[in-house]
Amino acid sequence: MENIKETNGAQPILQLKNVSISYTPGKKAVDNVSADIYPNTITAIMGPSGCGKSTLLRGINRMHDLYPNVKTTGEIYLKGRNVLTMNAMEVRRMAGMVFQQPNPFPTMSIYDNVLAGYSLNGIRLGKKEKDEIVRESLQSVALWDEVKDVMNKRGSFLSGGQQQRLCIARTLALKPEVLLMDEPTSALDPISTNKIEELLLGLKRQFTIIIVTHNMSQAARISDNSMFMFLGELIEYNNTTQMFTKPQHKKTEEYLTGVFG
Amino acid sequence: MKDKLFKILLFASAVIILLLTAGIVYALVGKSLDVFQEYGVWGFLSNAEWDPRSATEEYGAFSFVIGTLYTSFFALLLCVPFSLPVALFNGEYFKGKKISSFVSSVVDLLAGIPSIVYGLWGFYTLRPLVIELGVNAQGFGIFLSSIVLAVMIIPYASSLSTEFLSMVPNNLKEGAYSLGATQIEVIQHISLPMASSGIVASYILALGRALGETMAVTMLIGNTNNIPSGLRDTGNTMASIIANQFGEADGLKLSALIAIGLLLFVITAIINFIAKLVMKKLAAV
Amino acid sequence: MMDRQSTETSYKYRTGKNKLMFVLVCLFSFLSMIPLFLILWDVVSKGYKNFNLRLFTEVAPSSMDAMLAKVNGDAIPGGILNGITGTILIVGIAIIITIPLGLFIGIYLSEHAGSRFAKVVSYLTDLLQGIPSIVIGIIAYSWVVKPLGGYSALAGSVALTMMMIPMVVRSTEETLKMLPLSYKEAGLALGSSYTNVVFKILLPSGFGGIFTGILLAISRVMGETAPLMLTALGATVVNWNVLEPTSAIPLLIWDFYNDPNLIDLIWSSSLLLLIVIFLLNWIAKIVARKWKI
Repeated sequence: MENIKETNGAQPILQLKNVSISYTPGKKAVDNVSADIYPNTITAIMGPSGCGKSTLLRGINRMHDLYPNVKTTGEIYLKGRNVLTMNAMEVRRMAGMVFQQPNPFPTMSIYDNVLAGYSLNGIRLGKKEKDEIVRESLQSVALWDEVKDVMNKRGSFLSGGQQQRLCIARTLALKPEVLLMDEPTSALDPISTNKIEELLLGLKRQFTIIIVTHNMSQAARISDNSMFMFLGELIEYNNTTQMFTKPQHKKTEEYLTGVFG
Repeated sequence: MKDKLFKILLFASAVIILLLTAGIVYALVGKSLDVFQEYGVWGFLSNAEWDPRSATEEYGAFSFVIGTLYTSFFALLLCVPFSLPVALFNGEYFKGKKISSFVSSVVDLLAGIPSIVYGLWGFYTLRPLVIELGVNAQGFGIFLSSIVLAVMIIPYASSLSTEFLSMVPNNLKEGAYSLGATQIEVIQHISLPMASSGIVASYILALGRALGETMAVTMLIGNTNNIPSGLRDTGNTMASIIANQFGEADGLKLSALIAIGLLLFVITAIINFIAKLVMKKLAAV
Repeated sequence: MMDRQSTETSYKYRTGKNKLMFVLVCLFSFLSMIPLFLILWDVVSKGYKNFNLRLFTEVAPSSMDAMLAKVNGDAIPGGILNGITGTILIVGIAIIITIPLGLFIGIYLSEHAGSRFAKVVSYLTDLLQGIPSIVIGIIAYSWVVKPLGGYSALAGSVALTMMMIPMVVRSTEETLKMLPLSYKEAGLALGSSYTNVVFKILLPSGFGGIFTGILLAISRVMGETAPLMLTALGATVVNWNVLEPTSAIPLLIWDFYNDPNLIDLIWSSSLLLLIVIFLLNWIAKIVARKWKI
C-alpha cells in the first residue's frame, strides 16, 4: 500500500486506515484500504465496475448505516475525528454527497432545494440569511443566473445538468469539509459534464473533493491525485500525472491501457 | 371468422359494463321519482322528519345524511393514527422485510371479515366497554359504530398508502440522508410530501367504504330516526335505514328508501371521482 | 449562525425524536393488528361448542324448538344446512356468471388499453366497485325481485355478481398487462389465431393472478348480508330452486342475532364463515405465489 507524500506541509483532512466494508459476512467489497487525503485537492477513485469504489466513497459519510447488513471496519478520520464513532448526522453534514442520478427533491422549489439541508436538519434561518445562502450556493455552481427568476419552480423542471448542479449547490450550502461525488456526470451529456468539471476545478479552492469516476480521461483532466481500486483493494494511490505516465503496478497499467475495465 | 366472433364477444362484454351502469342509474332514478315529485329533491334531502305511520306519513333524508357523515368522518379520524403507522411500518421502516409482509397480511385479513361479524363483535365485546366508559346507557350509537367502522377501514386506508409510500424513490431518500437528516425527518420532508396525494386518495376511498357500510352499523347505531346530537347519541345512516326498513316497505316509503340508495350511489361515485383526480395529480409530479 | 453547543443538543433531541417516532409507529402498527385477534378469539371461543356435524346436516331450528331445548338444558337442535346450501347455490350461480364476463371484460381492457371506450369502461368498473353493497341490493331487487314477483336465489346471485365483476375484471386486466408483449407476438407470429393466443397463451400464463382475483372476489362476497336481505330473503328449508327464496350463512347469522332463542348459533355459524373466507384467502395467496408470472 502506498500513500502519496503530503503536499506543501499540509495535514491530511481525511485519513482512511485499514477500511474494510462487506455486504455479506466474509466477502469484502472494500478490502483493507488505507489512504490520506489532503485539503483542497481533487482525488479521483477509478477502477472497473464492482471494484468497490462507490462502496468506499459511501463508507466515508456512513451511507451504509442505512442498510443494516453492511459492515464497515477500520478507522476513518475526518479532521482528526473518527467518523465511525461520531454521530452519523454530523458526519454527513461534514462530508456532503452528490449522487450518480441527479436527485433534486421534486416536492420542493429550487429555492427550498438549496436550503433542504437546513430544513432537514431542523435549522431555522432568517429570510436574509436564507437568500444569502441560496445566492452564494447557486453562484458557486454557476446556476444563479439561469434560475434566479424561477426560484419558486420545482427543481425537477430543470435539465439534467442543471439538476446536478442544483444538487451540488444543495450540498455546498451546508458548508461541508469534504465533497463526495459518486460518478456525478455519468448520467449527463458532454456539455453538462464539461461544465461540472470546470466547476469542480474552481470549487477545490474551498473544498476537498473526492470523485468516483469510471471515466479515465475525466480523472486525468481534473484530479490532483488518483486511486486505482481492483477487487476491493486499493492497488495504487498516486499523483495523477505520475499514475497516468508511470503506473507503479501492472494492474494499473493494464487498466489504464484498456486491457480490462 | 372465429377470431372476429371472439372479438365481438369481448367487445360485447365490455358493453355490458355500460349497460349495467345505465341500468343501475335507471333503476335508482326511476324508483326515486315518486318521492322527488312529492317533496322535491331539495325538500327530501333537507327534511329531517322520517315518519312512516300512514296517517302522518312524511319522509326526509336529512337525519340519515348527517348520521352517515358523522359516523364516517369520526371513523376516518379514528382510523388515521392506526393506518398511517401501518403504512409507514410496511412502506418505509420495514419495506420489503418479512415482518412487514406479516403485518400487512394480518391487517388485510381485517378486510376479509364480513360486516355482520364485525357487528357481532361490536355488539358483544365493544358495547359493554362503551357502556363501561359511560358514553351512554345502552352502548349503541354513533360512538360505537364509528369505532367498529374505523377498524373496518384500516386495511383499505393502509394498504393503498403503503403502496404509495414504497414508491418514493430511494435516491431521494438517500439524498436527504446524505444531508444529515434522520429517518423521521426524511419521512416528514421527503416521503410523506412525495406520497401525499396517494395517501389522501387512499383516505378518500376509505371514507367511501365507511359511508356505505351497512350491517355492522345497522347492528350498532341504535336505529333512531333523528339527527344525532353528538357522538353519544343514537341515529341511523343512509345504509342502515335502508337495511332496517326495506323489507316491509312499499309505496312512497319504498321510493324514499330507493332515493336514499340513489343518494348513496351518487356520493360514492363523487368520492371515487375525487380520489381519481387526486391520484392523477400525483402522476403529474 | 449556530454555536457548537446548541448543535450537539439538537442532535440528541433529533435522535431522540427519531427513536420515539419509530417506537410509536411500531406500537400503533401492532395495535392495529389486535382487533383481528380479538375478533378471531371471540368467534372461536364462543363458536367451537356448537361447531359439530349437526351444523352441516340439519337445517336451522325454529325458535320454538330452540326455546324448548334451552328450557330442558339441552343443546340447541339443528344446524345451518339451509344456509350452507343457499350460500353454495347463490355464490355458485354468481361465479358461473362472473367468470366468463369478468375475464372477457378484463381481456378487452388489457388489449385496448388507451382507447377512449376502454377508458370509459375502466372508469365505470371502478365506479361499480365503489357502490355500497346495500345499494347493489336495491338494484338487484328492482331488476329481478320486482319483475319476477318474489325473492329468489337468482336475485341474490345477480347482486353478488355485480360485486364480483369489477374485482375479477381488475385482476384479469392487471395480470394480463403484466405479461410480456412478446408472448402474444410469438403466438401470432407462429400463425396461431387470436382466439387461440388468448386461450392457449395469455390466459394460462396469467392463470395465477386471474385465479387469485376470482378466489378473493368469492371470499369478499361470501359474507355479504345486506344485499341478500333485499334479494334472496332467506328460507327455513334447503332450497335448490333458483327462483325461490333461499337462505345463506350470513342471512342465518342475521336471523339468529335477532332471535334470543337462537343466539347461541351465531358464533358457530360465524366460525364456519370465517374458516371458509380465510381458507379462500390462504389458497389465493398460495396460488399467487406458485403461479407467479
